Amino acid sequence: MTDQSIDPITLAVLAGRMEQITDEMDATLFRAAFNPIIAEAHDASHGLYHAATGDTLVQGKSGLPIFVGVMSFAVKAVIEKAHADGDLADGDIYIFNDAHLGGTHLSDMRLVRPYFRDGRLFCYLASVGHWHDVGGAVPGNYNPAATEAFQEAFILPPVRIARAGTLQQDIIDILMRNTRLPQSAMGDLNGQLGALDLGARRLDELLDEYGADTVSAALDALGNRAETLMRSELETLPDGRWEAEDFLDNDGITDVPLPIRVALQISGDRMVLDFEGTAPATAGPVNIALPTAVACCYVAIKHIFPDLPANAGVMRPIEIRVPEKSLLAAEFPAPVGGYTETILRMIDVIFSAAAQAAPERVVANAYGTINALSIAGKRANGQSWVMFSFYGGGHGGSSDGDGLNHGNAPISTATIPPLEILEAAYPVMFRTWALRADSAGAGTHRGGLGATYEIELLEEQAEAFLFGERGRFPPRGVAGGGSATTNVFEYEQDDGWHQPPMVSKMRGIRLTKGQRVRLMTPGGGGYGPSEQRDPSAIARDVAQGYVSADAATQTYGPAWKEAEQ
Amino acid sequence: MSRMIGVDVGGTFTDIFVLDESTGTAEVAKVPTTRPDQSGGFLDGIGRRVDDLSTVAAVVHGTTAGTNALLERKGARIGVITTEGLKDVLEMRRRDRPRTWGLRGNFEPVVDRDLRLEVPERTLADGTIRTPVDLDAVREAATDLLEKGCVAVAILFANAYANPQNEARAVEAVRALWPNPHVSCSSEILPEIREYERFSTTALNAYLQPEVSGYLDRLDNALRKGNFAGEFMIVQSNGGVMDTATACRLPVRTALSGPAAGVIAAGYIAETAGFPDVITGDMGGTSFDVSLIAGGSSVLSPQTSIDYGLVVRTPMIEITTIGAGGGSIAWVDKGGLLNIGPESAGSTPGPVAYGQGNTHPTVTDANVVLGRIDPDRPIGGKLDRLDVDAAAKAIDEHVGKPLVLDTLEAAEAILKVANSRMAGAIRLVSIERGFDPKRFAFMPFGGGGALHAGAMLSEVGIGRAIVPRYPGVTSALGCVIADMRQDFVQTLNTLTSAVDPSALAGIMQRHIDDGMALLGASGTRFEARDTVFELDMAYVGQTHTVAVPLPVSVRDGKVAAPTIDEIDSAFDAAYHATYGRLLPKGVRRIMNLRTSVIGRRPKFDLTTLAPTGQGSAEAACTGSRKVHFGDAWHETRIYDRLALPVGARVDGPAILVQPDTTVLIEPGLTGQVDAYGNTIITRVEERA
Repeated sequence: MTDQSIDPITLAVLAGRMEQITDEMDATLFRAAFNPIIAEAHDASHGLYHAATGDTLVQGKSGLPIFVGVMSFAVKAVIEKAHADGDLADGDIYIFNDAHLGGTHLSDMRLVRPYFRDGRLFCYLASVGHWHDVGGAVPGNYNPAATEAFQEAFILPPVRIARAGTLQQDIIDILMRNTRLPQSAMGDLNGQLGALDLGARRLDELLDEYGADTVSAALDALGNRAETLMRSELETLPDGRWEAEDFLDNDGITDVPLPIRVALQISGDRMVLDFEGTAPATAGPVNIALPTAVACCYVAIKHIFPDLPANAGVMRPIEIRVPEKSLLAAEFPAPVGGYTETILRMIDVIFSAAAQAAPERVVANAYGTINALSIAGKRANGQSWVMFSFYGGGHGGSSDGDGLNHGNAPISTATIPPLEILEAAYPVMFRTWALRADSAGAGTHRGGLGATYEIELLEEQAEAFLFGERGRFPPRGVAGGGSATTNVFEYEQDDGWHQPPMVSKMRGIRLTKGQRVRLMTPGGGGYGPSEQRDPSAIARDVAQGYVSADAATQTYGPAWKEAEQ
Repeated sequence: MSRMIGVDVGGTFTDIFVLDESTGTAEVAKVPTTRPDQSGGFLDGIGRRVDDLSTVAAVVHGTTAGTNALLERKGARIGVITTEGLKDVLEMRRRDRPRTWGLRGNFEPVVDRDLRLEVPERTLADGTIRTPVDLDAVREAATDLLEKGCVAVAILFANAYANPQNEARAVEAVRALWPNPHVSCSSEILPEIREYERFSTTALNAYLQPEVSGYLDRLDNALRKGNFAGEFMIVQSNGGVMDTATACRLPVRTALSGPAAGVIAAGYIAETAGFPDVITGDMGGTSFDVSLIAGGSSVLSPQTSIDYGLVVRTPMIEITTIGAGGGSIAWVDKGGLLNIGPESAGSTPGPVAYGQGNTHPTVTDANVVLGRIDPDRPIGGKLDRLDVDAAAKAIDEHVGKPLVLDTLEAAEAILKVANSRMAGAIRLVSIERGFDPKRFAFMPFGGGGALHAGAMLSEVGIGRAIVPRYPGVTSALGCVIADMRQDFVQTLNTLTSAVDPSALAGIMQRHIDDGMALLGASGTRFEARDTVFELDMAYVGQTHTVAVPLPVSVRDGKVAAPTIDEIDSAFDAAYHATYGRLLPKGVRRIMNLRTSVIGRRPKFDLTTLAPTGQGSAEAACTGSRKVHFGDAWHETRIYDRLALPVGARVDGPAILVQPDTTVLIEPGLTGQVDAYGNTIITRVEERA
């Protein structure tokens, strides 16, 4: 089972030591970063990557889950560029944000640093962090009307921000001239450079202590171990082929549903995920680049097998087939700003397919949209303000029990700001910040509840923008569990309440003082047939107001009433 | 009235530390903790050492009653009265999830949804009252909650930190009709911005009130019945003590009472011994708790989660926990990697060697197989002897076979990986926070830590370990020496340029007056009374604040208002110290004022703990046995630790035995008894 070139004790010790290095890189950036998206929401990640292939060797545990799979693509892009440049040197650092090369979206600034030992390239260190603003048409880069990446942000291909240890001021000047928030960007850049320095220093110490050959052997062994773990997990699943399909509401430009399909095939200790039949790339920004699609499969698989390590060995037994030029492999310069919505749907279909193979291993769909809502205006004193946040919803039911009420998205671990912080910073008041009854899918174990947020404007005028999903297609249950409700967004005008024509996507909603917007997010899907739900659990749901009496009777039949005390 | 008693009630044992100031002697006792009512063990333990309670000046208690009630969800049935539209804040948390991966797990708030009632009222962020509180609705809600069987109620209104008026009126109305004192509101408990953290802290406080005040009343009555006429005090999570009246009002501040007392004692012992920089390591059955003390001061963290979603925001001594204790189970995963924990055999059934039904090898089993723990004299006194063969068999089966190692190699492997994880926790609190561990001493306490002290020296590069004379009762000792302390907070949320210094001074004065009144009411003797002010500040646009110590003079209990310039330069100094740079055009903002009022209690002379005998190391040697280190057995001398005189030196390999602890001195290390009875372990070549 174990590698012969390294003893098992040293391996176990080194596994912990290397994880600690990447965790410490994460922690350093979270503390030093200026912008709250990194500092509070931890939208960043760090790791060590293979010198030749760019494969993930070790990655920090506290960064955003989606980066666990996507970072190696950033390193691969740099390896190619460095090969073309032909003069890679110790102390070089590459920087870029091109999402078509490195995955996710243009807000994510990637820094990749070769790490040399005794004159030889040993591995790469990388740092990615979501910057507050990188130019483009819309502050914060969430432009629902973008039809090209150029309208989303300024695009930087892999270039060297440091050469042989010397920072290149020219590159920094270009970067800082292309952001609306240079102070914040400079703070984040410094933080990322600091994290890479720290990683290099810690690696120096580790290699001094154990020797490069031993550490190198440990990295190989850990990759093999991850592969072995994945294969042994796959072997516990039955052989077969299962399909699932779901839809995005639209691309924000044309109101046409966009199918995402997967066929999941297991044979022995191997798995194939084939996305044939998925919609072609679209004009609007719900496309994703191929690296994002691959990384997303990784996230879905790690949620199904949560104990697997964050290491490329896990993906060796898994083949991912994404049709060319599809929504999931959009080519430059297709816009990708709304990538979160698309990968959430990919996770949903992978869960739905896997649940047919092994229902007890899989959780029902979570609420499935990040609901990026911004409200912007000018105060009486002329100062402009933008309140930008993501909102929560319910998690899916599982074999363990009901889903979590009001959780964060599976691709993220970000917490929501307290309403008092938002009210103190912006001229708004939350009239409602509550669980949304009847929003979860029914089941033996029902989904968790979504939420209702109702926000009133306290200043004269403002404009609201929303980028959401699940307005037409609700999150689904697994193993016979029911669907949750859809996402509902409403806004108040002089003549009453309205809903956007594109359901959960709209920009330029004009609000005046006292008018409100209301976001009602989906719950999670249910797990298992609703007929098998314990009547006393239903009675409790009704007593607590999670499910209305009418809905309970309609969904579960009248039997629960006998379980009432 | 010259005796002080510290009582620490832990999960397994209740520890008693009795200090007689008139004779300068100290006595300790250890009895099993009684459950569910811990007062049995508490009184039994004191009774072992003290016949006449009228001779006792003070009893100071470190308690886990509150923590256990939270972890086991055994608090009271409570109700919540809250702002219209916001009844689910407690249940929605900050939209987090229990674990990053897997999307499983759920959360049950401590207050059911049908006991969270809304009333018309609303205050805005600037303190403006948009809707005055509807007192009829409040009374109706309170009556409803009483009818539903609630015994405590928390009033939780939005933005009450900015203006407490609506909450104050509601509290007054509820107190007029509520049959007991368990009525609280969020602006009384924590007038700080962030509704979830404030509501959670307030609701958990209400949840604990009936339980904890009942427990403390029972203890108090029993003590009084035994003619106790002194002060009965409780250790808070911040490491300071409070009187029982305050503890009954603010039980949530006891959440980490016991561990905090241990860190306080460790800091005092180490500083007295000449080491103001120390990292403590408390090794229990399931976990290893690490805390860092720099320059004699503990690091305080502003909040903690007692369990998923149970957030308590009060200053607490920062303690980092990893799942590597004596009972942590060693196992090899399907990928061939040796892991320690997080599963633990705890103290029941305990390690395989205990013979109580567990068959999975633990860290303790490795120590037993390697001869580091004497199988014929198990500590704690519950068992007669340990089953070495069963431990060896379990190690063989679960670690040796899968990794192709023999029993001894496998046992060494378990220790190596466990030590490496413990060392990782020490790196986390030191190196990762910018402290060089080489200038720190390591102080193990709890039953098992002293077996691993040598490994911490070699793994992290720490210079020396200090094993206190009574490591098993460190928390109880901490109770006796902790200062009395009250913490206050008030959110200001203002630019420094807009601060009204006299208004700020007014709040500071209120904190001083309230704090001094509490000190005065306690009837305790203080050597000094100190006040410490801090502002949480940041640049506008930044979310993480920096703690800015405010140099302010307090004379005759009156505070002098700080100027804006003083605040600005204090911020610059603190910010620069944290981030190494300033923002030239940054606009400074004050989020919160934090005040601590501290009554310094007289410290006792630790030399009273030192051995008085004239003996010698030779005389304290009780024999020898074979102990395995590295890849060979070493004949290792065994010493009766308490019989070693001051100045005695013991070179490794050696084992020092005392009733509740085993101290291991590995080959290449040496231990020396200092003037206070501590054993200082250093590398042979570095000894003084």
